[in-house]
Amino acid sequence: MAYLFDTPEQRQHMLSAIGAGSVDELFQQIPQQLQLGRELALPDAVSELQLEQDLQRRLGVVGGGGLCFLGGGVYDHFIPAVVDELTSRGEFYTAYTPYQAEASQGTLQAFYEYQTLISQLSGMEVSNASLYEGGTAVSEAVFMAMRVNGRHGRVVVAGSLHPEYRQVLRTYFSRLGTEIVEVPATDGVVSVAACRAALTAETTALVFQQPNFFGCLEDVGGLTAAAHAAGALAILAFDPISPGLLKRPGDYGVDIAVAEGQPLGTPLQYGGPLLGIFTCRGEYVRKMPGRLIGRTVDRNGRECFVLNLQAREQHIRRDKATSNICTNQGLLALRATVFLSVTGPRGLRQMAELSHRKARYAVERLTSLPGVSLKFGQPFFREFVLETPLRATELLEALAARGFNAGPALSRFGGSLGADLERCFLVALTEKRTRAEIDGLVQAVAEVLAG
Amino acid sequence: MRNPTATRLLFEMSEAGRGTVVFPEADVPEVSGLPEIGAEYRAESLLPLPELAEPDVVRHFVNLSTLNMSVDSHFYPLGSCTMKYNPKRHERLARLPQAVASHPYQHESQIQGLLSVLYELQGMLAEISGLPGVSLHPAAGAQGELTALLTAAAWFRHRGEQRTRVLFPASAHGTNPASAALAGFECVQLAGGSNGFVDLAELRAQLDERTAVFMVTNPNTLGLFEKDIATIAGMLHDAGGLVYIDGANMNAILGRTRPGDFGGDMMHYNVHKTFTGPHGAGGPGAGPIAVRDFLAPFLPSPVVAFDPQKNWYSLQEPQHSIGRMRSFFGNVGILLRGYCYIRTLGGRGLREASDCAVLNANYLLSQVRDFLDVPHGQRCMHEFVASAKRLKEQSGVTAMDIAKRLLDYGFHAPTVYFPLVVDEALMMEPTETESLATLDAFAAALRQICQEPAELLKGAPHSTAVCRPDEVNAARKPVLCWSAQC
Repeated sequence: MAYLFDTPEQRQHMLSAIGAGSVDELFQQIPQQLQLGRELALPDAVSELQLEQDLQRRLGVVGGGGLCFLGGGVYDHFIPAVVDELTSRGEFYTAYTPYQAEASQGTLQAFYEYQTLISQLSGMEVSNASLYEGGTAVSEAVFMAMRVNGRHGRVVVAGSLHPEYRQVLRTYFSRLGTEIVEVPATDGVVSVAACRAALTAETTALVFQQPNFFGCLEDVGGLTAAAHAAGALAILAFDPISPGLLKRPGDYGVDIAVAEGQPLGTPLQYGGPLLGIFTCRGEYVRKMPGRLIGRTVDRNGRECFVLNLQAREQHIRRDKATSNICTNQGLLALRATVFLSVTGPRGLRQMAELSHRKARYAVERLTSLPGVSLKFGQPFFREFVLETPLRATELLEALAARGFNAGPALSRFGGSLGADLERCFLVALTEKRTRAEIDGLVQAVAEVLAG
Repeated sequence: MRNPTATRLLFEMSEAGRGTVVFPEADVPEVSGLPEIGAEYRAESLLPLPELAEPDVVRHFVNLSTLNMSVDSHFYPLGSCTMKYNPKRHERLARLPQAVASHPYQHESQIQGLLSVLYELQGMLAEISGLPGVSLHPAAGAQGELTALLTAAAWFRHRGEQRTRVLFPASAHGTNPASAALAGFECVQLAGGSNGFVDLAELRAQLDERTAVFMVTNPNTLGLFEKDIATIAGMLHDAGGLVYIDGANMNAILGRTRPGDFGGDMMHYNVHKTFTGPHGAGGPGAGPIAVRDFLAPFLPSPVVAFDPQKNWYSLQEPQHSIGRMRSFFGNVGILLRGYCYIRTLGGRGLREASDCAVLNANYLLSQVRDFLDVPHGQRCMHEFVASAKRLKEQSGVTAMDIAKRLLDYGFHAPTVYFPLVVDEALMMEPTETESLATLDAFAAALRQICQEPAELLKGAPHSTAVCRPDEVNAARKPVLCWSAQC
């Protein structure tokens, strides 16, 4: 192995210094009967070249050979080259958690900048330095809401929230006796009145998404007011590209805003690693989960950055910590920092506007086909639900065979999105898709429907 | 050489009207007749993000990076974190565009190759742990702990048992009690024996019908292999409980012994520690778990299954699955790096890596023992914990002072003040990827530091851009976000 490089003589020298006769002797700490006594049954070691050839053969072609019109929480947005160039610098890439501030000012300042950029993007007062991904960020938000208002009995969740986020919430709370009430979506959005009716004096929070899982816009102001009227917190899962076009979570006065940060410079990677964005009102900062970077001065009065409010965290507070998170998504937060630095407000607005405009064009062209319709009569951002006469799974498979990847089919999520959605699926557009590609998708749908 | 103008905050470098990333003009017409986004939803003004030119951004981050220590640039003996060199070959392989561009809702027929790799990895992790049920789903080690505890809870519930308590030694990682509390268990901490091992009598006294799980790191956080682990597991099993192995220290025992063979019922891996992965200034990780066969039906969803008749890989939900712990499959980008690491080392290579990790740690211990107390033994596994207690009593020099002074010598500090059971702890984990020359240089620096005047150490570090940030004031009045006013 190229990276184990002591010579036999050096190893012998080390053993002598230790006073051991052999490396095996060092492992005598492990009782004999517990030692494996054989080699692990794993494939023989291969060289870098052989492994690359094997993976190239097995992984096939990029994107399965299809264009990406897939949505449902992660999106094929453009990533400027500078993101990879800067974040792959070893000094960032192979550092770890910045416990030693003097040896980590680069990381600490970058994460302070990340927190600020995310605050500017979301309109919220504070951001932490990242959680795992959007789904766990929702669950962490609900835990935090309980710490804020002391209510544990009930959580009200919009049926238009990402179905996987709702599943995560159910798993996280499976042993805690909290009632999770889902308000079904009607015509693609939840009604403020239905949410108001579901909110009780025991409800810790109302959780909803903007744009929601169907791509539709919710009445965030109305839902926030309904939550507050019941003394509950408003928790919003937002899309981090959408503030290029839409009002920000903070503009509505929500209490906690979380997001899947993947569109900010992180590739799809079959769904991970991603970036959990977590923001809230400043007054709740001591109840937040995850790492926080703070600005301070050193003993010579020089401005610098440190891990702040660590007394909330597991390595200090143990079973009383605000979360069990330790390793976070630092590298992806750094990617988002570079991404937002180079796109800026104008680049982000362009991405949002182009995605939206292309989505509208796609809807118009697709719904001009016989039997194809927009499922919900709501304004949408870059993603929408289409209904056709065919079962969505069959249609999507046929489209994939023609080089167009759309979806997911709503039936993928069982009944969690409502009944009669067998023929419905999501289509998402980003700035990357060209008119010719969209026209190609329309043509392919037409061919499949024509049988 | 650092350029200080470039490390001003991004926000102080911003000038309105700039913008570097230019997208093409819209190539589709504006469409009418569809539901319109009303003015009440639309942003009223441009976002208050900074406006920067790409060359400034590049200089900014390149110069910031020079303020960091990292594995690529420095020896980083941060105990418990296993900061070993991450071979670049795995980085390129895991970044193959076919993997990077795969969407999680891509049609199964298009990702058979990727699923075959993940399926193979499940099998490898089962073999390495001796535990047959594997889930690649958890996002990091701490989430692996939570996932396994919820899996165990579901199994108990399925058997009609209401077990409420999770036990762990005082030397445990903070994530253990934090995960147990999050999973709704009562946490019971054991003091442990003065020899650094679990105290069997103390454990026995705590075991009863309320005991669900005993969480133990093995080798433990003192760098010792829990010699009585088989007895401990037997005690737990006799009491109807389960044993959870925190796999943070797996790098010490690959191919030598397996959690499943020494009585563990469940464990998590930290892929970035035991195998490889960019530490990324704090993450990402991946925290796959491995469990005994009877727990496998309760694992989270999804797992990768293979149908040999159809020669087809698919995502499946285990029969009694606890459900999802996160969105999508898992941290595939990190899992792929782990897979590549295992493939390029093979069974023998993994064992050699552990052999070298243990040899290096014992060698460093043999050098350090001359001038610093190591309270728990003459031998260690992959790491050991020294104590500056005596030095503190003599001259007031603390573990933190030593840690800070090491930075001046060009070494990252060890983990300090953990585990909590050792006063003035300095936890050192050299890993297998350091040479004898590096270990000697580090030991020499440490020896030198222990002889330096206290005031020199109290003022350290002297060579870094900043020195001893005021953490107390930072916490009293937190400034977590730049604003134009401050």
